[in-house]
Amino acid sequence: MKIKLALIAAVLTAGSAFAASEADYKAAYAAAEAANAEAGKLRNQWIPTATALAAAKKAGDAGDFDKAIAEAKEAEALAKASIYQSISEKKLWKDLEIR
Amino acid sequence: MMKQRSLIRFGFSALALAALALASPAGAADKIDPVADAKAFKKFFYDKFPKLKPEDFVNGPYSMDEGLHKQWVEKEQFPPYEFAVEEGKEMFAKPFKNGKTYADCFPNQGIGIRQNYPLFDDKQGKVITLELALNQCREANGEAPYSYVRGEMASLTAYMAFTSRGKPMDIKIPDDPRALAAYEQGKEYFYTRRGQLNFSCATCHVQSPGERVRTEVLAPALGIMNAMPIYRSEWNSMGTTSRRLVTCNSQTRGVPLTPQDDEYRNVEYYLSYVANGLPISGPGARP
Repeated sequence: MKIKLALIAAVLTAGSAFAASEADYKAAYAAAEAANAEAGKLRNQWIPTATALAAAKKAGDAGDFDKAIAEAKEAEALAKASIYQSISEKKLWKDLEIR
Repeated sequence: MMKQRSLIRFGFSALALAALALASPAGAADKIDPVADAKAFKKFFYDKFPKLKPEDFVNGPYSMDEGLHKQWVEKEQFPPYEFAVEEGKEMFAKPFKNGKTYADCFPNQGIGIRQNYPLFDDKQGKVITLELALNQCREANGEAPYSYVRGEMASLTAYMAFTSRGKPMDIKIPDDPRALAAYEQGKEYFYTRRGQLNFSCATCHVQSPGERVRTEVLAPALGIMNAMPIYRSEWNSMGTTSRRLVTCNSQTRGVPLTPQDDEYRNVEYYLSYVANGLPISGPGARP
């Protein structure tokens, strides 16, 4: 009996550790949206970020949370790259200037 | 004791002077100097394309090689922007509901003034493009503003550009820190890389004019505003300066700003100023 209970507990625990949940998706999506909003304040959002965010939402709405999280993480990475670009260009643009 | 104090004072003064002397060249380098910018900008392009006459630059990609130049000559016989000029002329003359017309909003009744836009309006404290001035005129007379990217706005600016053909671009930067700041911001926007492709305006139009991106021959930045608005075969229609800037942003996979946002007006101010003296060729036609 004890062994059966332990097995059931193990299976349930493993399930929550590996299958993406709606909560995980929502957290990943919120992080991506926040990064993209930051890029917006810097006036430098990227089109692929918006595409990845839309794909994340579509997958999330369909209940495919693994895909939704992957898309949201992609969107966050892209948004962070655009932020990095904006910040570094604050100085770098002068290298291109015709003088 | 007095001698020691004098020596210390002298030492500090000498240090302060030395610091000033060292600081001033850096300060001079950062000074906003549109005249020097325009001179350097023109020299860069004249050196890069020594066979071109200054006035050739306003024809964009059609100035870049002989084959394209021939295409331009042929196109000018039946120019695709002709309909827009006619439509713009009619629209320009048609009174608003209150009986006034566009002519009432502009100096010289709006004829032959395109070369003075964009201008810095000290009352509004910002750069005013011709497109913005036209919509301000409409709104001041109780009319709804037009889209900034195509249609009526393209026709109106086509007609106004046509009445300025051949006149040298003549953009003024008044002695006003706000105007200089707008000019500098326009310059910064022009050289700043953006979008996933990490392109600035200068990547295409300074580093690579005459080169191809896929099938397109890139235009030189010098004189690029003189031809606006343009009929683009790629669009199969007329487009304004706003349309061109928005599509440039999209092509680098950046989310475009809203037409006539500060950045777009300021970059138009910068690019128009550095082309001062080159003739207005708008409306233009492009591949």
